[in-house]
Amino acid sequence: MSGIPHDHYEPKTGIEKWLHRRLPIVGLLYDTLMIPTPKNLNWWWIWGIVLAFCLVLQIVTGIVLVMHYTPSADLAFASVEHIMRNVNGGYMLRYIHANGASLFFFAVYIHIFRGLYYGSYKAPREVTWIIGMLIYLMMMATGFMGYVLPWGQMSFWGATVITGLFGAIPGIGEPIQQWLLGGPAVGNPTLTRFFSLHYLLPFVIAALVILHVWAFHTTGNNNPAGVEVRRTSKQDAEKDTLPFWPYFVIKDLFALVLVLLAFWAVVGFMPNFLGHPDNYTPANPLVTPAHIVPEWYYLPFYAILRAFTADVWVVIAANWLSFGIIDAKFFGVLAMFGAIFVLALTPWLDTSSVRSGRYRPMFRWYFWLLVVDFVVLMWAGAMPAEGIYTNISLIGSAYWFGYFLVVLPLLGVLERPTTPPTTIEADFKATVKAKAAKGKVAAAKIPAE
Amino acid sequence: MIRNLALSALTILSLGATQALAAGEATHITDYAFSFEGPFGTYDTAQLQRGLQVYTEVCSACHGLQHVALRSLSDAAGPALSDESVRTYAASIEVPDGEGGYRAAAGPDHFPQSSNEQAPDLSLMAKARAGFHGPYGLGINQLMRGIGGPEYIASFLTGFTGEEVEQGGSIFYENSAFGGNVAMNPVLFEGGVEYSDGTVATEVQQAQDVAAFLMWAAEPNLPHRKQWGFLGVVFLTLLASLLYLTNKRLWAPVKSAAKNG
Repeated sequence: MSGIPHDHYEPKTGIEKWLHRRLPIVGLLYDTLMIPTPKNLNWWWIWGIVLAFCLVLQIVTGIVLVMHYTPSADLAFASVEHIMRNVNGGYMLRYIHANGASLFFFAVYIHIFRGLYYGSYKAPREVTWIIGMLIYLMMMATGFMGYVLPWGQMSFWGATVITGLFGAIPGIGEPIQQWLLGGPAVGNPTLTRFFSLHYLLPFVIAALVILHVWAFHTTGNNNPAGVEVRRTSKQDAEKDTLPFWPYFVIKDLFALVLVLLAFWAVVGFMPNFLGHPDNYTPANPLVTPAHIVPEWYYLPFYAILRAFTADVWVVIAANWLSFGIIDAKFFGVLAMFGAIFVLALTPWLDTSSVRSGRYRPMFRWYFWLLVVDFVVLMWAGAMPAEGIYTNISLIGSAYWFGYFLVVLPLLGVLERPTTPPTTIEADFKATVKAKAAKGKVAAAKIPAE
Repeated sequence: MIRNLALSALTILSLGATQALAAGEATHITDYAFSFEGPFGTYDTAQLQRGLQVYTEVCSACHGLQHVALRSLSDAAGPALSDESVRTYAASIEVPDGEGGYRAAAGPDHFPQSSNEQAPDLSLMAKARAGFHGPYGLGINQLMRGIGGPEYIASFLTGFTGEEVEQGGSIFYENSAFGGNVAMNPVLFEGGVEYSDGTVATEVQQAQDVAAFLMWAAEPNLPHRKQWGFLGVVFLTLLASLLYLTNKRLWAPVKSAAKNG
């Protein structure tokens, strides 16, 4: 890999040299594992490993679940119960897989917000960011189709609502919806195609993950200081970095095990906490649940979808300007996809010359407000779409778009950033020294015995 | 939009709170204590056997339990019936023989489906209902009290207020757990069943026993799952401690160099 100067793999034994001349795979793995990594990465940088683990966990548990699952509208629900009751360890497999999706999204949201705070999307890492957004979109599609497979009430009605989004596209919407469903309504053809795609997409994600890693191994990791590793010489680079193995592998593993500890407690002691009770009722096309609620990780965007009702002035304006083609429903769909689209455009919307949010006093406030906004939207998305909740969703949606389309471009002009450290080495030293000083103060407070 | 903003700011403080409160008042769920609550809770064999009796003598007249195999009644972590009792129990049930007729059931067979079309299957009912939601739909009290499926069932069975209304020729019964009128009539009465273990069969006792039985029916592997959970937590705690020490030692020279450099 190009980029930061460091020692490359040198085949030593005869067989290593023989293989290296024919297929330099050991060298590729060695260089990937030994990549120079900024010394000053903090604990927010551990979620990439958690995400990689999640992908493997979901694929492995998923492959075993498929051995016992029956993708048929008549048999799917019973086959899931068969897994829960008769398959050895089946109840653990299924609960790990179901809650694994939640861990996956929990990790990806922290990972994305970390990138937003430390400016990881900025040049030269735009491609890493865009590939990351594609992975996120694929995850949403995969998670949604996986939730349909147990063929419970929420599976069925969730599929009806979400494919209905495509039906809102003027003119061509209905044929598209019918094509997606494989018929006029959600049914057996929908289940079988979702099953097929739910199996396929994780491997597309795996391929995108390889590109994602390749991209940031080319540019080097971002870091909390937001300054680049010195590439002037190997000696300079070594002052700023440490090899990924063993320093960051062990650090990340420690963090991963802590995360898994919490995850395992959820799986063991409250595996249905994040699910919806209605999905333990078999799908029934004749009975609509009182509230159709997607999984928690879709809720912020679900709230944006439902926020734009026909009485909101932007919707009225869009309707009038488009001669009635854009109605409230279609506007909501555009807003929902637009919310993810503006997130993907962040590298070009942020005009600030400083990368890390740590040195941007005004940005920090808007950033944390965005985090709060995200949580509020998540909550509003779980509430019935009426009264106060639509208003809250509307305010939340307005801030979401405002942050990306107004705040980020303007801050680059209005804000006076503080001065980042000149090198990663300097930042690392300052952090370690500050921590040591804090420790001394704390130690002095402990009364001597 | 501005109007909406102002309206929201006002109503967040006033309306929102009362609305959610009103929604909470509509249903009444009693937080019964069950033996299988908490990280170490397991099923009470005697209670499951009593619950099976209530299910057999009362519920099964209309409802089914189609996902539950009769053989699982002998589960040691469940009702723990002897093989002999399971055979006797199974023989008292008739299942379709696949040739248009009926035959006596055996261990590998499942409980029959609901005989009344309006009566839902109860196999998963204890997981298909949430007794607790709040506050404000955040689900925080589910962390404290559990999701509340069995509590909902027990509250439902004891929640008939005695009010009846006639709609379109059929009678509906008001139920405080459901928060409205239901087609099912009250079925549990003081002494309605006679427990062989001497437990007094009050209405609340029967409701709790059958709710516990239905929780077992919905989640027979709950005790095993909690064992796995406990083992995993212990193992991961040990592993985390070792990795913490490894990481500390690994980074110590790097950090001391930075501190003194």
